[in-house]
Amino acid sequence: MLELKGVAASYGPIEVLRQVSLQVQRGEIVCLLGGNAAGKSTTLKTILGMLRPTSGSVALEGERIERLPTEDIVARGIALVPESRRIFARMTVWENLTMGAYSRRAAPVEEFTQDLARVYALFPRLEERAGQHGGTLSGGEQQMLAIGRALMARPRLLLMDEPSMGLAPILVEQVFDIIQAINRQGTTILVVEQNAAVALSIAHRGYVMQDGQIVMQGAASSLLDEDHIRRAYLGED
Amino acid sequence: MSATHRRIALGAALAAFALLAPVLAPNDYVVGVLARICLYATLALGLNVVVGFAGLLDIGYVAFFGIGSYLYAFLASPQFDIHLPFLLALPLVVLGTALFGIAIGAPTLRLGGDYLAIVTLGFGEITYLLLLNLDRPVNITNGPSGIIGIDPPALLGYTLGSNIHYYYLFLLVLVLTLIASNRLRHSRVGWAWQAIREDELAARTMGINTTVAKLQAFAIGASFAGFAGALLASWQRSVFPENFLFTESINVLAMVIIGGMGSLAGVVLGAAVIVALPEIFRDLADYRMLVFGLMLMLLMIFRPQGILVPRAAPRPTPNSPTATEKSA
Amino acid sequence: MLGILPQQLVFGLALGAVYGLIALGYTMVYGVLLMINFAHGELFTIGAYVGWGVLAWLINTQLGGLHPAWVLPLLLLMAMSASGLLGMALERFAYRPLYLRGATRLGPLISAVGASIFLQNAIMLTQGARMKVYMTNLLFPRSWTVQVGGVRISALVLVMISVAMLLMWGLHLLVQRTTLGRCMRAVAEDREVAAVMGVNVRRVISLTFLLGSALGGAAGVLVGLYYTQIDFFMGYSAGLKAFTAAVLGGIGNIRGAMLGGLLLGVIESLAVTFLNPAYRDVVAFVVLILVLVFRPTGLLGESVPHANKV
Repeated sequence: MLELKGVAASYGPIEVLRQVSLQVQRGEIVCLLGGNAAGKSTTLKTILGMLRPTSGSVALEGERIERLPTEDIVARGIALVPESRRIFARMTVWENLTMGAYSRRAAPVEEFTQDLARVYALFPRLEERAGQHGGTLSGGEQQMLAIGRALMARPRLLLMDEPSMGLAPILVEQVFDIIQAINRQGTTILVVEQNAAVALSIAHRGYVMQDGQIVMQGAASSLLDEDHIRRAYLGED
Repeated sequence: MSATHRRIALGAALAAFALLAPVLAPNDYVVGVLARICLYATLALGLNVVVGFAGLLDIGYVAFFGIGSYLYAFLASPQFDIHLPFLLALPLVVLGTALFGIAIGAPTLRLGGDYLAIVTLGFGEITYLLLLNLDRPVNITNGPSGIIGIDPPALLGYTLGSNIHYYYLFLLVLVLTLIASNRLRHSRVGWAWQAIREDELAARTMGINTTVAKLQAFAIGASFAGFAGALLASWQRSVFPENFLFTESINVLAMVIIGGMGSLAGVVLGAAVIVALPEIFRDLADYRMLVFGLMLMLLMIFRPQGILVPRAAPRPTPNSPTATEKSA
Repeated sequence: MLGILPQQLVFGLALGAVYGLIALGYTMVYGVLLMINFAHGELFTIGAYVGWGVLAWLINTQLGGLHPAWVLPLLLLMAMSASGLLGMALERFAYRPLYLRGATRLGPLISAVGASIFLQNAIMLTQGARMKVYMTNLLFPRSWTVQVGGVRISALVLVMISVAMLLMWGLHLLVQRTTLGRCMRAVAEDREVAAVMGVNVRRVISLTFLLGSALGGAAGVLVGLYYTQIDFFMGYSAGLKAFTAAVLGGIGNIRGAMLGGLLLGVIESLAVTFLNPAYRDVVAFVVLILVLVFRPTGLLGESVPHANKV
């Protein structure tokens, strides 16, 4: 469904992505692992058109999208759950979710109502707080809001940037359970994570990045077995 | 000829030209214009420290110019009947103006660059209004009539008379200011300014005390202006509030920007252009500000680095309407 | 002195409502772009001039068959369109190339100063340096007053307040209740994420300029009608005062701009009544400096992009 081929990108003179190639098949959960500044978030930004690649291509269901403006890319069915949530703190929960559905504003109202109901079913707490401002929510609730907001766009492909960051382990489990549930309902997911253990526990396949390049890839189970990973990211020895 | 040789040759030619200019000039009026260029170049170099080096947009800079001029007038004229000698009055004026700079900067420099612009504008206006109205109830500034009969500078027993004398004095001051500017730029505080100008947040995380550095820029800029102000007062032998309108602030700002913010030679060129052009295009005086405004806009779009100095090109940015902004 | 207090207060409210209109333009632009549109004052001036032109033409052609009640709306419409479109043009050609580049904030600021000077002088050169006069009397005779709770107020002042309040209320509704308003708020809060939601950020910014500038133009007409004299320089002081109002209320905060405007109008009116009128313009500066020193975030708090804040 999504294919990156030889993508390179820079921030001015600094090269941040080198020859990144990866694939996400429909219905999969793929995780993108790596340490700080490995280029994971940058890869997501490039997919979304927030950063234009200096070479290589990004294709969604065969269509080249790397030169499109962000709003057009998003309209084709990609949604993002940003790093550190980044919900609209000054808008209410309901308004946040409504903004999430912005790319589908041309669709009939019933679909919006359905989507809203679905999100509330997934996250009952959000429904309770529908009229509250995003800034008053707890970290875990904000993460749910961020996911819910992305889901309102009925994305074919959901990008998630470090969903576990800053959350207590219990919440992390909850969030990843939800990610699996979403995937079972038919959404393809690409998760960027530093927490390799939990990411690999739900992913089908994974890629590992370092210094802007993919250094390892494979099925999740085999990656889990990899010595390298175990030591570096799972803290085992 | 290698690049260095060329630079030396160019420098020598300029120096020769500068020294011989009054002799080559067709009449005294032109000498006056040249003197004016040197004076305003000095003033612009002061603003250059604030805007060009530290990246602080001060659009009320003329206030310091005016304060310096009036301070000198207070110290060397019939207004209060104080007649300090030139060399004694100068440091006092510079100090006084610098203190004003600190007083104005202290509460406002910790705010964002946009606020600073507005506040400096406000101070420029307030200064003008005060200069204009402080003849009641106590006559301090003599109001719209200004202060006249200011003593001419007397150096080592020799009183300055003709424009030619003033030209050489201002030229000397300009050269000293250029040297001082250069030293400042390469000093520790100069690096701090550059860091602040590029990215204040990053500068702070590097451990630079940005508030102090900005205050220093402000104070030093103010003192340059005070110096220039004293020179103006002693040359014109009079000061009027009308000398220090908002448009003057913009003129000086334009001098700094045309030449390329931070570039010393550029600032001098800018001063030459801005002072000389109205003389050449007398009839088009009405259009001057119009052209300035347009020029500022166009320069920012097409050549933000100024006319003279081809700096490193601005970094290409991500193609999105969401380019991250840095603080000013 | 105290006898005229109620009247001065009412006038202060009218003045304040106008300041609020202009302040909204500043605050909206600052909210989405983090820049002070220095040229906003000139958009106000242009509104005043367009209103003058239309009014003069209407008077010459005996109102062109129009019922007098339509004159004011027509003036407002023309002025708001002119200012709005010009504001959009300014953003598109003078600011966008700069903020897209993402370079220092100095660039857009200087360009705005340049634009302000350019527009001011363009107005001066095309319309003359002498002031123009609004023939308000033909529309709102000075004798037309209304008694409100024991105070005699000129009908014009009431109209000013009503129109300004109406426009501000309209904007408030737009920002709070409509999709466009939500997009504007989203862009103001976090431009990147807004783009990821599918919002066309450039267009939203453009529309923000349109609306903010249009409000400034409306203010120009109202001020022209009340003071009857307009000149090319009026945008300068009005702009600074309106900016003060915006900062007073909390820059970027729309409700703040309205509140700040009203407050400043009243403060200025009272100050002029009790202190030396010559320092009228200084009042705003003093307020500005006090606010910036003691409460820089303003009364209702700043509302600027969190993602871009230092």
